[in-house]
Amino acid sequence: MEENLQYVREPAKRIFAQELQESNLTYKEEDDQYSKQYLITQTGARINRLYITGTLIEKENIGNETEYWRARITDPTGAFFIYAGQYQQEAADAIVRIEPPGFVAVIGKPNIYTTPEGATMTSVRPETIQVIEEDTIDQWIVDTAHQTLQRLNDKDNPVAKQASAHYQTDLTRYKEMIITALSAVR
Amino acid sequence: MPNTVQEIVNRFSQLGIELSEKEIEERLQKLTSEFKVPIGEAKRSVVNYFLKEHDIDRSQYYAGSTNDITAIQDINQEGRWVTLKVKVIQLWEANHESIVQVGLVGDETGIIKFTMFQGVTIPEPLEEGKSYLIKTAVTGVWQGKYQINMNKATSITEIEEDVEVGRQTAEFTGVIVDVQTGSGLIKRCPECNRALSKGVCTEHGKVEGVYDLRIKAVIDDGKTTQEAIINKELSEKLTNITLVEAKDMATEALDHNIVTDRIKSKIIGRYYTIVGTKIDRYLIVSEIKALPKITKEAVDELLSQLHTTQTEGSTTHSTLDCVAIEQSKNTNEEAL
Ligand SMILES: [Zn+2]
Repeated sequence: MEENLQYVREPAKRIFAQELQESNLTYKEEDDQYSKQYLITQTGARINRLYITGTLIEKENIGNETEYWRARITDPTGAFFIYAGQYQQEAADAIVRIEPPGFVAVIGKPNIYTTPEGATMTSVRPETIQVIEEDTIDQWIVDTAHQTLQRLNDKDNPVAKQASAHYQTDLTRYKEMIITALSAVR
Repeated sequence: MPNTVQEIVNRFSQLGIELSEKEIEERLQKLTSEFKVPIGEAKRSVVNYFLKEHDIDRSQYYAGSTNDITAIQDINQEGRWVTLKVKVIQLWEANHESIVQVGLVGDETGIIKFTMFQGVTIPEPLEEGKSYLIKTAVTGVWQGKYQINMNKATSITEIEEDVEVGRQTAEFTGVIVDVQTGSGLIKRCPECNRALSKGVCTEHGKVEGVYDLRIKAVIDDGKTTQEAIINKELSEKLTNITLVEAKDMATEALDHNIVTDRIKSKIIGRYYTIVGTKIDRYLIVSEIKALPKITKEAVDELLSQLHTTQTEGSTTHSTLDCVAIEQSKNTNEEAL
């Protein structure tokens, strides 16, 4: 049976804010505008969708005629930047409703923006944002720590090799990041 | 199980060998209960054992056995005519005029999707939970999976026998990342239990629907995803919204979506462990539990792994990458 004929939903990868911010390598399976884009992160995650949690601490409508919301969500390692407009209506509505500071979970797609000067900025285009409980934050930190550590230890992973060639990944720094994150679990 | 034992005894008897029912039963029992082997696999293995014992060729045993009934697990080619003895597990909405019924049927060896086209000889539509003998259906492939198609050449008769369905149970722990359309407060056809689409049953037309609650969720462990169907009882427990409350909510808001939104707000983004039966691409959930709180031990365990693993090939960033990262950080900071 040819499993690959079936539509396969992209799993939501677990990643800490620091690593997402510091990753900007994109990759497409085929060179046409419709093929899926992936972000290859410092530790070798290949991301088309992600699941993050944290504290929504700021939000602002930066749109002109139509609403365009951005929100800043922090985890123990840094901040995620979320942008939601009319094409992410459900998520935008959620941002409007949530009063910062509040615990949230976001499922979305990574988005890399390159400035005219050539700098890159990695943000998240949300599919859904939900208000969650603190227990879930702790579960996410441990889950994300575990999956990040697995990536760090998987030396044969070709994606990790590609990542390390591009970023010259400092593995010690990312181990420290995991320790920082775990220290925040009560 | 008794059916399976009798079938094996009968077939061997036709080949001139009398087997002990007790021995067959014991062997099947051992495999299915002690070793958790699915009944279809167990049957196959027990038959193989006796074939070897009595030096009979496999093809001789399976040729002409029970009217040439094909086991679902043996369907591995397109365009083959097959006769199956199955139970209907699930019926779905058919969404094309030429299609009469769509759903899943199963036997001891597995479960397969079927599509019934106009022209099939059948006295009454198939019903969930009933067993049938399906003669001359044809195998096909859809979205990379085998299925059976029933057409003008096919005849279907209901049978007395209750076909045992080999089911695969599975467990999955992850985060609910999506609640799909068709979740929440839905209406079903009172005749055939199909979910209605805009008050219309594909089989029975416009009907007075019966309210039901269900969740079609996607659960995700960061590596793979699993679609799960959660029935009314479990949905009510999981979300603390009863069917009655859901109806009231929808009536008050004049909108069914309010129920789906409430369900989403209660379960999306949280960790669960689900247990259920694998049917096609779905897990039909029989048990769902929130993941327990993180313990100090779990954290310490991870921390100890971090302190013991040796970091090899640790290098610093090249100047260029550092600049890129610094800039990206700055851009992020300025953006907010
Ligand atoms: Zn109906």
